[in-house]
Amino acid sequence: MKTITANRLVDGDVVWLGHNGEWVEFVEAAWVLGSDEDMTKALEFAKAGEEKQYVLGTYAIDLELKDGHLQPKSLKERIRAQGPTTRLDLGKQAERHLRSA
Amino acid sequence: MYRYDEFDRDFVNQRVTQFEDQVRRRMSGELTEDEFKPLRLMNGLYLQLHAYMLRVAIPYGTLNATQMRKLAHIARTYDRGYGHFTTRQNVQFNWPKLSDTPQILRELADVEMHAIQTSGNCIRNVTSDQFAGAAADEFADPRVYAEILRQWSSLHPEFLFLPRKFKIAITGAEQDRAAVQVHDIGLQLTRNEDGEIGFVVFVGGGLGRTPMVGRKVRDFLPENDLLAYSEAILRVYNRYGRRDNKYKARIKILVHETGLEELKQDIETEFEATKNGILNLPNEEVVRINEYFAPPSFDALPKISTELEAAKREDRDLALFSSRNLHAHKAEGYTSITISLKPIGGAPGDATADQMDVIADLAERFGHNELRVTHEQNLVLPHVKLQDVPTVFKILKANDLADSNAGLITDMIACPGLDYCALANARSIPIAQEISKRFEAVKRQNEIGDLKLKISGCINACGHHHVGHIGILGVDRKGEELYQITLGGSADQNTSIGKIIGRGFPEAEITDAVETVVDTYLANRLDEEESFIDAYRRLGDQPFKDALYGA
Repeated sequence: MKTITANRLVDGDVVWLGHNGEWVEFVEAAWVLGSDEDMTKALEFAKAGEEKQYVLGTYAIDLELKDGHLQPKSLKERIRAQGPTTRLDLGKQAERHLRSA
Repeated sequence: MYRYDEFDRDFVNQRVTQFEDQVRRRMSGELTEDEFKPLRLMNGLYLQLHAYMLRVAIPYGTLNATQMRKLAHIARTYDRGYGHFTTRQNVQFNWPKLSDTPQILRELADVEMHAIQTSGNCIRNVTSDQFAGAAADEFADPRVYAEILRQWSSLHPEFLFLPRKFKIAITGAEQDRAAVQVHDIGLQLTRNEDGEIGFVVFVGGGLGRTPMVGRKVRDFLPENDLLAYSEAILRVYNRYGRRDNKYKARIKILVHETGLEELKQDIETEFEATKNGILNLPNEEVVRINEYFAPPSFDALPKISTELEAAKREDRDLALFSSRNLHAHKAEGYTSITISLKPIGGAPGDATADQMDVIADLAERFGHNELRVTHEQNLVLPHVKLQDVPTVFKILKANDLADSNAGLITDMIACPGLDYCALANARSIPIAQEISKRFEAVKRQNEIGDLKLKISGCINACGHHHVGHIGILGVDRKGEELYQITLGGSADQNTSIGKIIGRGFPEAEITDAVETVVDTYLANRLDEEESFIDAYRRLGDQPFKDALYGA
């Protein structure tokens, strides 16, 4: 399982590619690419996102299911998806908490 | 302190206006990221894991209360309420928006600060002894020469596209507190037999993936040849340094591959052509810049403060603080206070905006409006009356800034690591926090005594692990964080590179391993006077290996 990630140009925030070519702020909303066709289409969206100056540095990452939840496979990507492991009040983990509160 | 003249002010303001336009063009798409990246890096703006990161220069680690308050204001207004002080005596903000950075730089320019040359393949912030201008053991203020080098290297047209970054450090005391021998150029102020001031010059020191101790190229470089000789070194490096491989591009590799004698000859040849020209340091300029760094007018005070001594008898915590965090001052009745940014379980080098404000107030009230950033990620009030120490301590304590651990095992250097950094392979901060908690007990820390522990989350060695008495390097092994221990490194006047002691340890075991190393030292030291590094140098690594991996 893969998805595409990037940083948003204006603020550097971590984003992932959504199903319709939009960029989403939480990894659980990312488009899970199931086939080569998906990947081809996703890469086109990614290129368009860069050309529109919305995101920069797009690349594909591996995802895995852990305890029924989708998460990036590598520690680095998990930290990007959550925030600093030493500051739970910062990054996505804090924003997610705020939104659900 | 150095004050901007109208040229400095115009130059920095022009640069902000230029960057403002570059950001506008980037956001509108006129500039691609490939075009914009070198421009943002030249202004200290990186892209890290979660956001952009802005690295602000603090020349030779010196700043005043107004500047510190501005950093607090930036942390509060444009960031997440804190800043991170670094081993290059700079400060980093971890969460700024690209769209806010021109305004941040504008605000910094208002207080004579900027982010120029804090990144990119240019001459970076010149670093120095945090006790410069204050230390009892110093014979000349290194900041005068650091400032002269700063003026020479700022936007030097020849040296903005070097093969790789270039770092200069300078110290004015025998005790090297600026790690000069692990810099591209290391300068140690000295005097010759005639009492004239000059420099011992080291070239080609550095950490990273190929750590090397700087090689001495001059025993005595006369003061007025400083710029011409530095220019000669940079020219030789710029011409012969490798541009084909970024990992072999630092001057240390050039020294290694060319050989010291040949390179020295190249430098001297270039120097012959350069010296006695425009770069000859005019004496009046040295005098002028010296005046900027004139010490504050110190009161005539007794050497020992009866107030402080009495307060210490009443308050054990103050006595402990005074034993670790005060540094001998050149003026009688004064001291330099180290404000530890290493609270137990904290992130080394981090300070909140509120803490920055408190420290700025202390500098104004008790410290002649001066502050320093240390390369060990602490802050310093360089000029405080001994009699004021009890009050300063009380205020520090009320703001969680009174850890009495300067130079102890919990006063460790750690890079941001994988929690923030795009280059890192492993996390550093949680390791630092665990070790800090393990050695929390005050009695035990003091029993262990002076010990420099340094942690890097990748081979780029921003956490200086190679020169830690105990160094820890985080690596990624098949997706797992693994931590290698090096022993015997040192970054003082007896600089040495630590040796890898054996196989690495997973996150869950590294703190135990460090404790084993420390216990082995305690069990084998001659007496309490023998420090960790002295004991290691006497014993070698065998007892530590045996303890860690079995005989």
